[in-house]
Amino acid sequence: MFRLANPNRFMNWSGKLLPWCAAATAILLGLGTWLALFVAPPDYQQGEAVRIMYVHVPAAWMASFVYAVMAISSAVALIWRHPLADIAARQSAPLGAGFTLVCLVSGSLWGKPMWGTFWVWDARLTSVLVLFFLYLGYIALINAFDEPTRGNRAGAILALVGAVNLPIIKFSVDWWNTLHQPASVFRLGGPTIAASMLWPLLIMALGFTLFFVTLLLLRMRSALMAAKLRALRIQQSQSLAA
Amino acid sequence: MAAIDHFLAMGGYARFVWPAFATAVIVMGGLLAESLSTYRKRQRDLRAAEKQRR
Repeated sequence: MFRLANPNRFMNWSGKLLPWCAAATAILLGLGTWLALFVAPPDYQQGEAVRIMYVHVPAAWMASFVYAVMAISSAVALIWRHPLADIAARQSAPLGAGFTLVCLVSGSLWGKPMWGTFWVWDARLTSVLVLFFLYLGYIALINAFDEPTRGNRAGAILALVGAVNLPIIKFSVDWWNTLHQPASVFRLGGPTIAASMLWPLLIMALGFTLFFVTLLLLRMRSALMAAKLRALRIQQSQSLAA
Repeated sequence: MAAIDHFLAMGGYARFVWPAFATAVIVMGGLLAESLSTYRKRQRDLRAAEKQRR
Protein backbone atom coordinates (compact mmCIF):
# COMPACT_ATOMS: atom_id res chain seq x y z
CA MET A 1 0.00 0.00 0.00
CA PHE A 2 2.68 2.49 1.01
CA ARG A 3 4.88 1.39 -1.88
CA LEU A 4 2.09 2.19 -4.32
CA ALA A 5 1.62 5.51 -2.55
CA ASN A 6 5.15 6.71 -3.28
CA PRO A 7 4.54 9.83 -5.45
CA ASN A 8 6.68 8.61 -8.38
CA ARG A 9 5.10 5.18 -8.36
CA PHE A 10 1.68 6.79 -8.03
CA MET A 11 2.29 8.88 -11.17
CA ASN A 12 3.32 5.70 -12.92
CA TRP A 13 0.38 3.43 -12.10
CA SER A 14 -2.29 6.13 -12.07
CA GLY A 15 -1.22 7.21 -15.56
CA LYS A 16 -1.77 3.68 -16.84
CA LEU A 17 -5.05 3.21 -14.98
CA LEU A 18 -6.59 6.57 -15.92
CA PRO A 19 -7.71 5.83 -19.52
CA TRP A 20 -9.34 2.56 -18.43
CA CYS A 21 -11.17 4.28 -15.58
CA ALA A 22 -12.33 7.06 -17.91
CA ALA A 23 -13.60 4.57 -20.51
CA ALA A 24 -15.44 2.47 -17.90
CA THR A 25 -17.00 5.64 -16.45
CA ALA A 26 -18.27 6.76 -19.86
CA ILE A 27 -19.74 3.33 -20.63
CA LEU A 28 -21.41 2.90 -17.24
CA LEU A 29 -22.85 6.43 -17.09
CA GLY A 30 -24.11 6.12 -20.68
CA LEU A 31 -25.67 2.72 -20.04
CA GLY A 32 -27.07 3.86 -16.69
CA THR A 33 -28.69 6.96 -18.17
CA TRP A 34 -30.24 4.95 -20.99
CA LEU A 35 -31.61 2.36 -18.56
CA ALA A 36 -32.88 5.08 -16.21
CA LEU A 37 -34.71 7.07 -18.90
CA PHE A 38 -35.88 4.39 -21.35
CA VAL A 39 -35.81 0.94 -19.81
CA ALA A 40 -36.72 1.24 -16.12
CA PRO A 41 -40.50 1.17 -15.55
CA PRO A 42 -42.49 4.11 -14.14
CA ASP A 43 -43.46 3.67 -10.49
CA TYR A 44 -47.05 2.62 -9.78
CA GLN A 45 -47.44 5.52 -7.32
CA GLN A 46 -44.89 8.09 -8.50
CA GLY A 47 -45.20 7.61 -12.26
CA GLU A 48 -42.29 8.97 -14.30
CA ALA A 49 -41.09 11.19 -11.42
CA VAL A 50 -39.36 8.11 -9.98
CA ARG A 51 -36.63 8.57 -12.63
CA ILE A 52 -35.18 11.33 -10.45
CA MET A 53 -34.08 8.50 -8.17
CA TYR A 54 -31.39 7.41 -10.65
CA VAL A 55 -29.63 10.74 -10.16
CA HIS A 56 -30.56 11.46 -6.56
CA VAL A 57 -29.66 8.17 -4.89
CA PRO A 58 -26.20 7.66 -6.48
CA ALA A 59 -25.37 11.32 -5.74
CA ALA A 60 -26.45 10.84 -2.12
CA TRP A 61 -24.36 7.68 -1.72
CA MET A 62 -21.35 9.44 -3.23
CA ALA A 63 -21.84 12.47 -0.97
CA SER A 64 -21.26 10.24 2.08
CA PHE A 65 -18.72 7.92 0.43
CA VAL A 66 -16.47 10.77 -0.70
CA TYR A 67 -16.60 12.25 2.79
CA ALA A 68 -15.51 8.87 4.20
CA VAL A 69 -12.60 8.81 1.72
CA MET A 70 -11.69 12.34 2.81
CA ALA A 71 -11.85 11.48 6.52
CA ILE A 72 -9.79 8.28 6.13
CA SER A 73 -7.18 10.11 4.01
CA SER A 74 -7.07 12.83 6.67
CA ALA A 75 -6.47 10.24 9.39
CA VAL A 76 -3.64 8.65 7.37
CA ALA A 77 -2.18 12.12 6.76
CA LEU A 78 -2.27 12.98 10.47
CA ILE A 79 -0.90 9.65 11.70
CA TRP A 80 1.73 8.77 9.05
CA ARG A 81 2.27 12.25 7.59
CA HIS A 82 1.98 10.77 4.14
CA PRO A 83 2.00 13.57 1.51
CA LEU A 84 -0.28 11.67 -0.90
CA ALA A 85 -2.93 11.29 1.81
CA ASP A 86 -3.13 15.07 2.22
CA ILE A 87 -3.43 15.46 -1.54
CA ALA A 88 -6.17 12.79 -1.72
CA ALA A 89 -8.20 14.52 1.03
CA ARG A 90 -7.80 17.98 -0.52
CA GLN A 91 -8.72 16.84 -4.01
CA SER A 92 -11.75 14.83 -2.83
CA ALA A 93 -13.45 17.82 -1.24
CA PRO A 94 -14.70 19.68 -4.37
CA LEU A 95 -15.94 16.38 -5.84
CA GLY A 96 -17.84 15.53 -2.65
CA ALA A 97 -19.33 19.01 -2.50
CA GLY A 98 -20.50 18.59 -6.11
CA PHE A 99 -22.22 15.27 -5.40
CA THR A 100 -23.87 16.72 -2.29
CA LEU A 101 -25.18 19.66 -4.32
CA VAL A 102 -26.63 17.30 -6.95
CA CYS A 103 -28.20 15.25 -4.14
CA LEU A 104 -29.80 18.31 -2.51
CA VAL A 105 -31.11 19.86 -5.74
CA SER A 106 -32.45 16.61 -7.22
CA GLY A 107 -33.97 15.68 -3.85
CA SER A 108 -35.70 19.04 -3.71
CA LEU A 109 -37.04 18.57 -7.24
CA TRP A 110 -38.31 15.13 -6.25
CA GLY A 111 -39.81 16.37 -2.99
CA LYS A 112 -42.01 19.01 -4.60
CA PRO A 113 -44.26 16.65 -6.62
CA MET A 114 -44.17 13.80 -4.05
CA TRP A 115 -44.29 15.59 -0.68
CA GLY A 116 -45.70 18.92 -1.83
CA THR A 117 -42.63 20.88 -0.72
CA PHE A 118 -39.11 21.60 -1.99
CA TRP A 119 -37.64 21.55 1.48
CA VAL A 120 -38.44 20.42 5.01
CA TRP A 121 -36.18 20.58 8.07
CA ASP A 122 -36.32 16.88 8.82
CA ALA A 123 -33.28 14.99 10.16
CA ARG A 124 -32.15 13.47 6.83
CA LEU A 125 -32.36 16.67 4.80
CA THR A 126 -30.80 18.78 7.53
CA SER A 127 -27.89 16.38 8.12
CA VAL A 128 -27.12 16.29 4.38
CA LEU A 129 -27.19 20.10 4.30
CA VAL A 130 -24.70 20.05 7.20
CA LEU A 131 -22.53 17.68 5.11
CA PHE A 132 -22.56 20.22 2.27
CA PHE A 133 -21.42 22.97 4.64
CA LEU A 134 -18.71 20.67 6.05
CA TYR A 135 -17.29 20.29 2.54
CA LEU A 136 -17.42 24.06 1.96
CA GLY A 137 -15.91 24.76 5.39
CA TYR A 138 -13.10 22.27 4.72
CA ILE A 139 -12.30 23.88 1.35
CA ALA A 140 -12.29 27.36 2.91
CA LEU A 141 -10.13 26.20 5.83
CA ILE A 142 -7.37 24.43 3.85
CA ASN A 143 -6.96 27.53 1.70
CA ALA A 144 -6.95 29.97 4.62
CA PHE A 145 -3.31 29.42 5.65
CA ASP A 146 -0.20 30.84 3.99
CA GLU A 147 1.66 27.67 4.84
CA PRO A 148 -0.02 24.69 3.10
CA THR A 149 1.03 22.13 5.74
CA ARG A 150 -0.82 24.06 8.44
CA GLY A 151 -3.90 24.29 6.23
CA ASN A 152 -3.73 20.55 5.62
CA ARG A 153 -3.44 19.84 9.35
CA ALA A 154 -6.41 22.05 10.24
CA GLY A 155 -8.47 20.62 7.38
CA ALA A 156 -7.68 17.04 8.41
CA ILE A 157 -8.91 17.71 11.96
CA LEU A 158 -12.12 19.30 10.65
CA ALA A 159 -12.68 16.35 8.28
CA LEU A 160 -12.27 13.85 11.14
CA VAL A 161 -14.53 15.74 13.55
CA GLY A 162 -17.14 16.13 10.81
CA ALA A 163 -17.16 12.36 10.24
CA VAL A 164 -19.63 11.99 13.17
CA ASN A 165 -22.18 13.36 10.71
CA LEU A 166 -21.92 10.23 8.51
CA PRO A 167 -23.71 7.78 10.85
CA ILE A 168 -26.20 10.55 11.65
CA ILE A 169 -27.06 10.83 7.94
CA LYS A 170 -27.29 7.05 7.50
CA PHE A 171 -29.45 6.37 10.55
CA SER A 172 -31.40 9.65 10.65
CA VAL A 173 -34.30 7.95 8.89
CA ASP A 174 -34.48 5.29 11.63
CA TRP A 175 -33.74 7.43 14.70
CA TRP A 176 -36.17 10.23 13.95
CA ASN A 177 -39.54 10.58 12.29
CA THR A 178 -38.53 11.89 8.90
CA LEU A 179 -40.50 12.79 5.82
CA HIS A 180 -37.65 11.16 3.94
CA GLN A 181 -38.23 7.44 3.40
CA PRO A 182 -36.04 4.85 5.16
CA ALA A 183 -33.36 2.79 3.37
CA SER A 184 -34.63 0.52 0.60
CA VAL A 185 -31.36 -0.88 -0.80
CA PHE A 186 -28.71 -1.24 1.94
CA ARG A 187 -30.87 -2.64 4.71
CA LEU A 188 -31.03 -5.79 6.83
CA GLY A 189 -33.25 -8.31 5.09
CA GLY A 190 -32.28 -7.22 1.57
CA PRO A 191 -33.51 -4.53 -0.79
CA THR A 192 -37.23 -3.76 -0.97
CA ILE A 193 -36.93 -2.15 -4.40
CA ALA A 194 -37.98 -4.08 -7.55
CA ALA A 195 -35.15 -5.65 -9.56
CA SER A 196 -36.20 -3.72 -12.70
CA MET A 197 -35.36 -0.52 -10.82
CA LEU A 198 -32.50 -1.87 -8.71
CA TRP A 199 -30.27 -2.83 -11.66
CA PRO A 200 -30.35 0.56 -13.40
CA LEU A 201 -29.75 2.17 -10.01
CA LEU A 202 -26.71 0.01 -9.22
CA ILE A 203 -25.20 0.57 -12.69
CA MET A 204 -25.68 4.31 -12.29
CA ALA A 205 -24.13 4.16 -8.79
CA LEU A 206 -21.12 2.26 -10.14
CA GLY A 207 -20.80 4.89 -12.88
CA PHE A 208 -20.85 7.70 -10.28
CA THR A 209 -18.21 5.84 -8.23
CA LEU A 210 -15.89 5.42 -11.20
CA PHE A 211 -16.47 9.04 -12.18
CA PHE A 212 -15.19 9.99 -8.72
CA VAL A 213 -12.18 7.64 -8.96
CA THR A 214 -11.25 8.98 -12.41
CA LEU A 215 -11.48 12.62 -11.38
CA LEU A 216 -9.69 12.00 -8.09
CA LEU A 217 -6.74 10.34 -9.88
CA LEU A 218 -6.67 13.17 -12.41
CA ARG A 219 -6.74 15.86 -9.72
CA MET A 220 -4.12 14.11 -7.58
CA ARG A 221 -1.83 13.92 -10.61
CA SER A 222 -2.40 17.65 -11.21
CA ALA A 223 -1.47 18.39 -7.59
CA LEU A 224 1.71 16.30 -7.83
CA MET A 225 2.69 18.05 -11.05
CA ALA A 226 2.17 21.40 -9.31
CA ALA A 227 4.48 20.27 -6.48
CA LYS A 228 7.14 19.19 -8.98
CA LEU A 229 6.79 22.51 -10.77
CA ARG A 230 7.33 24.40 -7.52
CA ALA A 231 10.44 22.33 -6.76
CA LEU A 232 11.82 23.00 -10.25
CA ARG A 233 11.27 26.73 -9.89
CA ILE A 234 12.99 26.83 -6.51
CA GLN A 235 15.94 24.92 -7.98
CA GLN A 236 16.07 27.36 -10.86
CA SER A 237 16.03 30.47 -8.71
CA GLN A 238 18.76 28.98 -6.50
CA SER A 239 20.99 28.18 -9.44
CA LEU A 240 20.44 31.69 -10.79
CA ALA A 241 21.38 33.18 -7.42
CA ALA A 242 24.53 31.07 -7.17
CA MET B 1 -42.99 13.14 -33.06
CA ALA B 2 -45.75 12.11 -30.68
CA ALA B 3 -43.46 9.51 -29.14
CA ILE B 4 -40.76 12.12 -28.51
CA ASP B 5 -43.30 14.54 -27.01
CA HIS B 6 -44.62 11.77 -24.81
CA PHE B 7 -41.09 10.95 -23.64
CA LEU B 8 -40.19 14.59 -22.98
CA ALA B 9 -43.42 15.14 -21.03
CA MET B 10 -42.34 12.51 -18.45
CA GLY B 11 -45.96 11.82 -17.52
CA GLY B 12 -46.46 15.45 -16.49
CA TYR B 13 -43.33 15.54 -14.32
CA ALA B 14 -41.07 17.09 -16.99
CA ARG B 15 -40.36 20.23 -14.94
CA PHE B 16 -39.00 18.11 -12.11
CA VAL B 17 -37.28 15.23 -13.92
CA TRP B 18 -35.33 17.24 -16.51
CA PRO B 19 -33.92 19.89 -14.13
CA ALA B 20 -32.77 17.05 -11.83
CA PHE B 21 -30.85 15.37 -14.66
CA ALA B 22 -29.60 18.75 -15.92
CA THR B 23 -28.19 19.58 -12.48
CA ALA B 24 -26.18 16.35 -12.48
CA VAL B 25 -24.89 17.01 -16.01
CA ILE B 26 -23.94 20.63 -15.23
CA VAL B 27 -22.26 19.95 -11.87
CA MET B 28 -20.42 16.78 -12.91
CA GLY B 29 -19.57 18.23 -16.34
CA GLY B 30 -18.22 21.36 -14.65
CA LEU B 31 -16.03 19.31 -12.30
CA LEU B 32 -14.73 17.29 -15.25
CA ALA B 33 -13.97 20.39 -17.32
CA GLU B 34 -12.20 22.14 -14.44
CA SER B 35 -10.14 19.06 -13.53
CA LEU B 36 -9.14 18.42 -17.15
CA SER B 37 -8.16 22.00 -17.93
CA THR B 38 -6.00 22.21 -14.78
CA TYR B 39 -4.39 18.89 -15.70
CA ARG B 40 -3.53 19.99 -19.23
CA LYS B 41 -2.18 23.34 -18.00
CA ARG B 42 0.09 21.62 -15.46
CA GLN B 43 1.35 19.22 -18.12
CA ARG B 44 2.21 22.16 -20.41
CA ASP B 45 3.89 24.14 -17.63
CA LEU B 46 5.92 21.15 -16.47
CA ARG B 47 7.09 20.37 -20.00
CA ALA B 48 8.11 24.01 -20.50
CA ALA B 49 9.95 24.11 -17.15
CA GLU B 50 11.86 20.90 -17.90
CA LYS B 51 12.85 22.16 -21.34
CA GLN B 52 14.16 25.37 -19.80
CA ARG B 53 16.30 23.44 -17.34
CA ARG B 54 18.14 21.57 -20.06
